[in-house]
Amino acid sequence: MRVTQFAALGAALSLTAMTAQAGTLEDVQARGELNCVVTTGVAGFAAPDENGKWTGFDVDFCRAVAAAVLGDGEKVKFVPTTGKTRFTVLNSGEGDILFRNTTETMSRDADLKLTFLPVNYYDGQGFLIRKELGINSAKDLDGASICIQTGTTTELNLADFFRVNGMSYEPVAIETNEEGITNYSANRCDVYTTDASGLASTRAALDDPSAHIILPEIISKEPLGGAVRHGDDQWADISKWVVNAIIIAEELGVTAANVAEHAAAAGDNPSINRLLGTEGDMGAMIGLDKDWAARAISAVGNYAESFDRNIGPDTPIGLARGLNASWKDGGILYAAPIR
Amino acid sequence: MSETTLSQPQRNIVSRLWNDKETRSIIIQIIAFAAIFALFFYMVRNAVINLEAIGKDISFDFLWQPASYDISQSLVEYTSRSSHFTAMIVGIINTLLIAVFGILLSTVLGFLLGVLRLSKNWVTNKLAYVYIEYTRNVPVLLHILLIHGLIVHALPLPKNAINVSDAAFLTNRGFFLPSPEIQPLFWFVLALFVMGIIFSIWFRSYAKRVQDETGKYYPVFWISLSAIMGFPLIMYFLLGSPIDWQIPELKGFNYKGGMVIRPEFIALWIALSCYTAAFIGEIVRSGITAVSWGQTEAASALGVSRGRTLSLVVIPQALRIIIPPLTSQYLNITKNSSLAIAIGYMDIVATIGGISLNQTGREMECMTIVLLLYLTFSLLISAFMNWYNKRIKLTER
Repeated sequence: MRVTQFAALGAALSLTAMTAQAGTLEDVQARGELNCVVTTGVAGFAAPDENGKWTGFDVDFCRAVAAAVLGDGEKVKFVPTTGKTRFTVLNSGEGDILFRNTTETMSRDADLKLTFLPVNYYDGQGFLIRKELGINSAKDLDGASICIQTGTTTELNLADFFRVNGMSYEPVAIETNEEGITNYSANRCDVYTTDASGLASTRAALDDPSAHIILPEIISKEPLGGAVRHGDDQWADISKWVVNAIIIAEELGVTAANVAEHAAAAGDNPSINRLLGTEGDMGAMIGLDKDWAARAISAVGNYAESFDRNIGPDTPIGLARGLNASWKDGGILYAAPIR
Repeated sequence: MSETTLSQPQRNIVSRLWNDKETRSIIIQIIAFAAIFALFFYMVRNAVINLEAIGKDISFDFLWQPASYDISQSLVEYTSRSSHFTAMIVGIINTLLIAVFGILLSTVLGFLLGVLRLSKNWVTNKLAYVYIEYTRNVPVLLHILLIHGLIVHALPLPKNAINVSDAAFLTNRGFFLPSPEIQPLFWFVLALFVMGIIFSIWFRSYAKRVQDETGKYYPVFWISLSAIMGFPLIMYFLLGSPIDWQIPELKGFNYKGGMVIRPEFIALWIALSCYTAAFIGEIVRSGITAVSWGQTEAASALGVSRGRTLSLVVIPQALRIIIPPLTSQYLNITKNSSLAIAIGYMDIVATIGGISLNQTGREMECMTIVLLLYLTFSLLISAFMNWYNKRIKLTER
């Protein structure tokens, strides 16, 4: 991990001005490949499957952007990063875009010079603990050893939560989710804390998931979304509207299966027509062609399809839509309209 | 310039300069220096331009902001409200703690290994040989991960802790030990201890003077030992053991009270020490072997005992050979302590060069600080060892 960090610093030092600033779209198109910054492996969000192919909810958004920009959702090079190296890798130009269970915060936006994309998963920090310990509330965790990924917002929330509640704990610093699972399994820590979605993913990866529970308290707001570097507005717009298009596709009932049919000719619904480029030319505004959104949707499906396939109730991760249901279904997932 | 060059005025000045050995070496040095400087300048300029391009400036103001994260091992007062600067201090202390303890243990183990390697006993000799070859041919990172894994997986949870006479408890969360609480009367013991040290220093020079003048020999070591350790110990028990020991107790998840040595510290300390000890062992062996056997024979011909031959003839000469390479091993142990990050030990790289860096996004500033800190430590260790080397080197009369 240290190596990656130094490598990233080295890259920041040695790459010429080509890494910074405008022209990310041209760079990606010239390269013919999108460099997408992801985790080192969180099942359901971004992890290589048994054939070494990256799959997951975050991965789908990488593929959607690649499909919109390059016409092929497979033309993605995944750059695995730890919580600590992710922003350096993005800012040094090693990655074009980041989808890595990343919480949007003011200091990351303004001080770390990132432009955040629309939230694609509303999350909050939770606690995973063994059932046999008989703990039912996070308020009873005084004195516990807690595994925590360094360089995350959860690390800061945890410090605040224990200080506000006048409790003490032993932080056990870990770098990656796998390291967290290893340490938690070996009982080095009593509790593993991260975003509730990540805990669900971790719990599914344990030997006996039913022996562990996620405590009811959610101690923070964690709006997770993608991010790009400051300074390239066109690239930020493309990324932002691809995410919105995936969300809007669910609202409009456009799926991977029926998108080709809808995109073939203009239909009755002007919203669908604008989304898929059969009416007007929204793609030109962001430097792409008319079919940008149609390609993204046919590559990964709409929001609901990707959610259900990767992390939904029928997967081992088993997350309910909850807050992440479309605003039409009582959730808070709400994308700005394409018009 | 030689006469040959002068007799061939038609050759141009460049090739004439080039053919002169001395000028050529100066030219090459100037070119090399310029190239290195240009590369350095290019990199710095590049970094500045790139940082400016994304709107980041270089500023160390973040050091005074609250760090907002907790650290598991801290010898100074630290909470999540302390500044990044305090977090850095915690990191520095943790790094130095590993360096100092590592240097001590590796030196003891290393000298032991070196002597065992010279043993005439076949079994001891080969055992030391196998240990050295195994240890120094496996990357130190693997040693660290192995020992950490062993502690975390093999030792029991706090509620089943290995109980050492109801005072110390060994668990996979760390070793919980009683911590001393000093009573006022203890200061008498301490005063006696300090007086013992002062007495020993005086007695040593006194004994040497007496020996030089009359040839009478005092057992300096034993007298000093009883002055420094013996009398304070007797005083300690006479005063009724004026230290209260706070015994750790199992409360909730973990032991509370007493003091704790975390598995991360133990793993790093043991792994670095064992690894470096193998190298030191070979250095010690080579140092001792380098002292001619004839000197030992000469000493024994004069009737000097084996022990005193070793301490007065062999070791002083061997040390002169041992110290310079030993210095570089001490530097290695200090620098290798940065591998702490692999197991989450909170040293400089993990605090200011890791979490602070990540939470503030100040890569350049944090990495510069870390770099300068390691440089300072290394130069200090080198300076001390050079001073020691000068002190013990052969005085020519």
